[in-house]
Amino acid sequence: MQVTCKIRRYNPTVDEKPYFSVYRAEVEPTDRVLDVLNTIKWYEDGTLTYRRSCAHGVCGSDAMRINGRNRLACKVLVRDVGNRMTIEPMMGFKVLRDLVVDMEPFFEKYKAVKPYLINDEPAPVTERLQSPEDRAKYDDTTKCILCAACTTSCPPFWSNPDFVGPAALVNAHRFIFDSRDQRGADRAAIISDRDGVWRCRTVFNCTDACPRGIQVTNAMEEVKRKLLYDRA
Amino acid sequence: MYRGREGMWSWIFHRVSGVGVLLFLFIHIVDTALIGWGPDVYNAVTTIYHEWAIFRFLQFTLIAAVLYHSFNGVRIIVIDFWPKGFQYQRLMFYGAMGLTVLALIPTGVLLLGPIFGIAER
Repeated sequence: MQVTCKIRRYNPTVDEKPYFSVYRAEVEPTDRVLDVLNTIKWYEDGTLTYRRSCAHGVCGSDAMRINGRNRLACKVLVRDVGNRMTIEPMMGFKVLRDLVVDMEPFFEKYKAVKPYLINDEPAPVTERLQSPEDRAKYDDTTKCILCAACTTSCPPFWSNPDFVGPAALVNAHRFIFDSRDQRGADRAAIISDRDGVWRCRTVFNCTDACPRGIQVTNAMEEVKRKLLYDRA
Repeated sequence: MYRGREGMWSWIFHRVSGVGVLLFLFIHIVDTALIGWGPDVYNAVTTIYHEWAIFRFLQFTLIAAVLYHSFNGVRIIVIDFWPKGFQYQRLMFYGAMGLTVLALIPTGVLLLGPIFGIAER
C-alpha cells in the first residue's frame, strides 16, 4: 500500500524554524512506522534524522509523536495508523534535528531519584529474600525502558520543564516500594519537592503513551498516597 | 498539538472552568462592595444580572463551570484516594459530564427560559 507521511523537519544549523516535508512510500500494511521512516531515509531522503536501535520495542530509542500521540515507531503497524500519517518529535525537549530531541535533561531527572537499590546492611551469603507479595508491589514499574514517551506527553511537564516527570517517578516507585531498599526517605525528599510528584494533575496522557503498558498515573498516585500516609 | 483522550479533556475543562469561576469571583467582589454606596447603586448594578439576556447566558455558563468543576473535583479525589480509582477515570469523566448536563436542564429553564418566553422571570 502507498502511504503519505508528513514529517516535521528541523535542522538548527540551516533552518530558521521547523517545517513539514511530505513523502510517499510503498510499504506493507503489516510494516511498522519505523519501516516507513527507513524506506524514506534509505531510498528517498538520506537527510531525514531519527533515533532507532533495537527496532523491537525494547531499547526505547524511537519514541515520537505519531498522529499526535507519543508512540514507539517500531511498535505501531501501518495498518493501525492508516495511509496518512503525521510524525513529529516528542514535545518539551529541545529538538536537535528532525525527530531527535535532547534527552540529557530527561536522564538527569532519572538519576536524581537514585534509581538503584540502596541497602547498607552487609550482603547475606545468598540473596536478599523477598516474598512474592512484596515483589508484586512494584512489578508494573520494573517494565520501564526510559523512552520518555510518558514525560513528553505530560502537560504539567510542557509548562514546567523542572517537573521531575512521570518516567523518573515510575523509576522512583520501583525502588520506594521495594522491601529490600532502605533509602525511601532520600527519594521521598526529592519527589515531595515543589517540582516533584505533586505536579501531577492526573491527565492520564502518560498511561496512554506508555509502550510497555505501565499504569504510569497509578504509580504516581501510589507514590502520592505513600508520601501522605507516611507523614500522617 | 497533542491528541489527548478523556483524561486530557477533563483536565483542560477543569482548568478553564476553574479560571472562569475565579474571574467571576472578582466581578462578584466588586458588585457586592457596591452596597457601600447604598442600596440604589447596588440594585441598579445587580439588576443587570437579571435584565440583560447576555448576563443570563453568562450566569448559565458560570453555573455550568461550577457544576463541572465540582463533579470533576470529586472524580479527582476518588482517583487520588481510592486505589482502584484510576481504572474508572474515563467512566467517571463521562459521569461528571452527564451530571453536569443533567443539572443544567433546570438551570437552563429558570435562567434562559424568560429570554425565550418559556418561564416566568
